[in-house]
Amino acid sequence: MTVRVFISRDAAAQALGADETVAALQSAAQAKGQAIQIVRVGSRGMVWLEPLVEVEVAGERIGYGPVEATAVPGLLDAGMLSGASHALRLGNVDQLPFMAKQERLTFARVGIIDPLDLDQYLQHGGYEGLKRALSMSGAQVVQEVTDSGLRGRGGAAFPTGIKWKTVLDQQADQKYVVCNADEGDSGTFSDRMLMEGDPLTLVEGMTIAGIAVGATQGFIYLRAEYPHAEAALRAAIATARARGYLGRDVLGSGKAFELDVRMGAGAYVCGEETSLLESLEGKRAEVRFRPPLPAIKGLFQKPTIINNVISLASLPIILQKGATFYKDYGMGRSRGTLPIQLAGNIKHGGLVEKAFGVTLRELLYDFGGGSASGRPIRTVQVGGPLGAYIPEKDFDTPLDYEAFTAIGALVGHGGIVAFDDTVDMARMARYAMEFCAVESCGRCTPCRVGSTRGVEVMDRIMQGGAERPANIKLLEDLCDTMQYGSLCGLGGMTPFPVMSALKHFPEDFSRNR
Amino acid sequence: MWAADTFRYESRVIFLRMQAAQRMQLLHGALTEDRYSMSVFDETQAQAVDALSARFAGIPGPLLPLLRAVQDELGFIPSEAIPRIAEALNLSRAEVYGVVSFYHYFRQHAPGRHVVQLCRAEACQAMNSESTEAHAKNSLGIDYHGTSADGQFTLEAAYCLGNCAAGPSVMIDNKLYGRVTPERLDQILADWRTRQ
Repeated sequence: MTVRVFISRDAAAQALGADETVAALQSAAQAKGQAIQIVRVGSRGMVWLEPLVEVEVAGERIGYGPVEATAVPGLLDAGMLSGASHALRLGNVDQLPFMAKQERLTFARVGIIDPLDLDQYLQHGGYEGLKRALSMSGAQVVQEVTDSGLRGRGGAAFPTGIKWKTVLDQQADQKYVVCNADEGDSGTFSDRMLMEGDPLTLVEGMTIAGIAVGATQGFIYLRAEYPHAEAALRAAIATARARGYLGRDVLGSGKAFELDVRMGAGAYVCGEETSLLESLEGKRAEVRFRPPLPAIKGLFQKPTIINNVISLASLPIILQKGATFYKDYGMGRSRGTLPIQLAGNIKHGGLVEKAFGVTLRELLYDFGGGSASGRPIRTVQVGGPLGAYIPEKDFDTPLDYEAFTAIGALVGHGGIVAFDDTVDMARMARYAMEFCAVESCGRCTPCRVGSTRGVEVMDRIMQGGAERPANIKLLEDLCDTMQYGSLCGLGGMTPFPVMSALKHFPEDFSRNR
Repeated sequence: MWAADTFRYESRVIFLRMQAAQRMQLLHGALTEDRYSMSVFDETQAQAVDALSARFAGIPGPLLPLLRAVQDELGFIPSEAIPRIAEALNLSRAEVYGVVSFYHYFRQHAPGRHVVQLCRAEACQAMNSESTEAHAKNSLGIDYHGTSADGQFTLEAAYCLGNCAAGPSVMIDNKLYGRVTPERLDQILADWRTRQ
């Protein structure tokens, strides 16, 4: 009997040797005369266990990991294909604490299904949301999204339904749906995992958005660093089109929606929505003045919904199960779930989808298992390179947009980067300025010039001398200018990591190097 | 006119690169390399650029997809391609050059056989990517944007490769690697050297 084996095709799994494991397994099984079918799935998100091999035994998926190619012959000899015991055997993957404690809504199918198999997608609830949306009016769909409490998962946390209502109310000959897949924040990879592991969810979400507001064309703006995601998205779009889920007449509704992938070219600032639109139009990705909002004059000056991957990929389940179902997760004004990414110096790094309200400490220790190095976690940076460094005393803060604002931090796109006690916070502050200098679009002076001056001031602070207090004052003034004088979040938020490092770890700024 | 512009631009590039190299106290290699001379732009390349221009001219917002296609085909964007692209898309040369120079992904000189991208972002730094970075620069004898003397590798910085739970991360062409210690980098580079 043919045994089904599931191995991830996710870029993170490939980076740790999943392809080599697949090749080794195929040849070893053939040599033993054992019939196997290897299904390449998305990643479960337990990156420390990759390459993870799951064997289907009596309807359960028994995991082994991490399985390097060299371990494969031994595992087969031990009877892995019948679920036998072995040092690398993990047990039923769904029941591992890391998985069982999660609340996977947006990521429900990731790691489970073959991402490019539309039939499996349908069997697991796919396109139920679109079918329901097609039975409703555009205004009803927008209301449902508003009622769900969904806020933009890219980082700005703006209510998605309100953005959509603005686009719905515009009269225009053409409207667009644009997906911001320029996931440039360090410590974030949920967009990538979703696009590689369940791209049809994003395709369905964008179709729902288009049908709701009367947009007939969508673009996914994908960052240049994600070639695996590009391949998955293009394949998913081609399949959806061939089966009538995209095109001039979506599922016989008489409504049209087309979708295209556009690749970026390496510019962090494209994560800012107006510079992304400039880039899509074929220009330098310089930030636009607002107003007008993209919802009124966006891509090619037409009304445009522009949302992050996770926002759009959360729509299918909201439409399938209803606004109340989604809204019942979360706390305060942060409703639903957030795919959180545990990154950096963390023992059990990966993806945790959880309702808002989980604390940093639970994430870092219950899920993450502490640092990878075994040393104490000194700080975490949440929300990418523009996010604040959070000290250990604030680790009990619940993941909630308002609670994070209250401690001077941001949730952003949900990336958490852990650092152990060897980190030099003055160097991290210098890096924040350096990153801003590298990635500044150059449009506004506080960001373009301020970031370079910031690197210089940090260098002088790190050198020390009698001028240090004056230089620290200068750094504070500079951060104030950047924060309040920049045109967009890049220059405007670079002060967050810098000032939080200075505030919480002043000892690192008073040490000579 | 255009030739003069190109010359001025090339001179400027050389000047800026020298400045950058001096600032970083680069010890060897890049300054003496003859990598900034004009590349040879032949008829085949011209035809490739024109064919791609014709293919993309009809789509909305054609410039980025076209430039990516040109770079995929030729390995870089030759300066001679810029006026051709500008004419095909009814843009000024300045607009096209402005876009080419804005984005990190576009290169204006031929790279080595393989492009090595090292992630410099925070999550990789937390896993000591700086030692991998220093080792890469030392063992290849180059700084960022440089090409190793044997023409095998061009080194580039990346600001997040999306592999943040298994840093330090490195991407060579389109192949991603995780947990790249200096020792593992040596193995990986040795493996790529033997590939054709």
